[in-house]
Amino acid sequence: MPDLSALADPGFLAVQCLNGLTQAMFLFLIASGLSLIFGVLGVLNFAHGSLYMLGAYLSYTIASWFVGSPAAFWVALILGSIGVALVGGIIESVFLRPVYRREELDQLLVTYALVLIISDLVKLAWGAENRSGSRPALLAGSVVIAGRDFPTYNLFVLAVGPLVALGLWLLLRRTQFGRLVRAAANDREMVGVVGVNVTGLFTGVFMLGAWLGGLGGGLAAPIGAIFPGMDVEIIVESFIVVVVGGMGSLGGTLLGALIIGQLNAFGILFFPRFAIVFVYILMAVVLVIRPWGLLGRPVTRG
Amino acid sequence: MSAAMERRWVVRAVAGAALLAVPLALPQFYLLLSVEILIMGLFAIGFNVLLGYAGMVSFGHAAFFGVGAYTCGLLLKKTEAPFVVAFLAAPVVAVVVAAVIGYFCVRLTRIYFSMLTLAFSQIVWATAHKWYSLTGGDNGLVGVPVPAWLIGPRTFYGFVAGVSVIVVAVLWRIMQAPFGRTLLAIRENAERAEFVGINVKRSQLTAFALSGAVSGLAGGMFALFTRGAFPEYAFWTKSAEVLLMTLLGGPHVFLGPALGAGILIVLNSVVTSYTEYWPIVLGIILLALIYVFPGGVTRIFLGWRGTGRPAGPTRA
Repeated sequence: MPDLSALADPGFLAVQCLNGLTQAMFLFLIASGLSLIFGVLGVLNFAHGSLYMLGAYLSYTIASWFVGSPAAFWVALILGSIGVALVGGIIESVFLRPVYRREELDQLLVTYALVLIISDLVKLAWGAENRSGSRPALLAGSVVIAGRDFPTYNLFVLAVGPLVALGLWLLLRRTQFGRLVRAAANDREMVGVVGVNVTGLFTGVFMLGAWLGGLGGGLAAPIGAIFPGMDVEIIVESFIVVVVGGMGSLGGTLLGALIIGQLNAFGILFFPRFAIVFVYILMAVVLVIRPWGLLGRPVTRG
Repeated sequence: MSAAMERRWVVRAVAGAALLAVPLALPQFYLLLSVEILIMGLFAIGFNVLLGYAGMVSFGHAAFFGVGAYTCGLLLKKTEAPFVVAFLAAPVVAVVVAAVIGYFCVRLTRIYFSMLTLAFSQIVWATAHKWYSLTGGDNGLVGVPVPAWLIGPRTFYGFVAGVSVIVVAVLWRIMQAPFGRTLLAIRENAERAEFVGINVKRSQLTAFALSGAVSGLAGGMFALFTRGAFPEYAFWTKSAEVLLMTLLGGPHVFLGPALGAGILIVLNSVVTSYTEYWPIVLGIILLALIYVFPGGVTRIFLGWRGTGRPAGPTRA
């Protein structure tokens, strides 16, 4: 039987809800990169979790170079995520470009091969033991919300998520790059025909997607443990988010992340043992009823 | 059947029997490795009914492998069921589960199909992982009793080889029959297949269930082999493993997936004796497979050129 005593404590519920929201922001950052890449390039990037893991490890290491400096965290977050974007650029131009004309499965396998390779490279470089980053002094404390302590850092994450969402929206809606990206998501051939440098556009989109994943990893470094295997854990959750929300839809990804975040937070509260099943059941139900996701569009790519 | 064809089949059968008998002369370590190859090879051949013939990429076949393993393991450990019943229950339960899951999955196509198979298989995995009172949770189901007559490694190898040969022969007949041709027609062009009067969804569902049954049987044998069943048997990485084996061997050759299973398992055993970094080796093999040998290892032997998939029927 679920333990319902928590329902009587509104403060606890509020904090639990905020925890779910925090998790949702991480999921949104990662899944939006995954969704963007899928929407434009048509590639379901299995290695996206690996980019998230790389973001965490890179930020962790860069921060350790500046120990004691109040800027360490911020420099690490920026440089780490940019480093991941560069890795993304290499992945797209070296590994994916040769297989765009092949079947989907070949593209998927390339990214899966990269999952295997990156996971071992990370183990070689950083070892197999768990690590954890530290929060910047500014965000190290906690605030009292509804009579309970809530980490300031999580509030910061709660602010970053919507800011990134807004930035992405502006980028996609208000810039020339965004117009091209949306055009390419609708009809790749046509964008090439009208003279756009599709090769460069694809690399740019992949780097942006990778950067989002890397940023998620860099932000996660100070709160979650950094360990080999975090890649596989996050990638399945990100798949669930984009499938539930609708592949290629930014708003859908946000909605999917919010739902999964709350489902996890309250699932663990009331059904600690079976919480893990709920997200998969949700994914299956959505796929059966609306295969294109809650906010996706029912178009089939030719 | 012409005399020449008949002779060729006799030669093949003798060669196959000889090949299967070789491991009996090997030291125990290699004998056990051979058992693993046979079981995973059977799993991959079953998986390929869907991938190679029907062109459907399942990310969730570990579910049926796991269901087979747990069914066989649980019946042997927790009930007084006779061995034959427990063993045959593995494919029977797997086919029921596959029919239910397949009913929903075959309505979707491409990546959505793959994602739904993944979701269902993760539900199976999570159930095995968390239902402690039944499955032992993440500790797995251990100490599955195996009948005395099956205990020696050579006997066990013989049992697995015998079962595999029978199942593969039956499957080969089915795939050579009109049903196999129907699947190929669907793979090449589902819309056109529909036009010529093929019930596409029903054929796909039948293939899904058949494939699930073979996977469940393989899982049941694996439970006997390891004397246990573990949640990892149903985890999605197991599905990725069988997909790799199939592609490495060659999905357009009936026995190709088994060859892929053999290569991967032997390589794994060799590489892990030198280094713990097996995934990186696997990743590089996979990249080589995609860029240099698309179509799998069998295509090199059979001398097929080019990157396009052959439209013709699957070869033996």
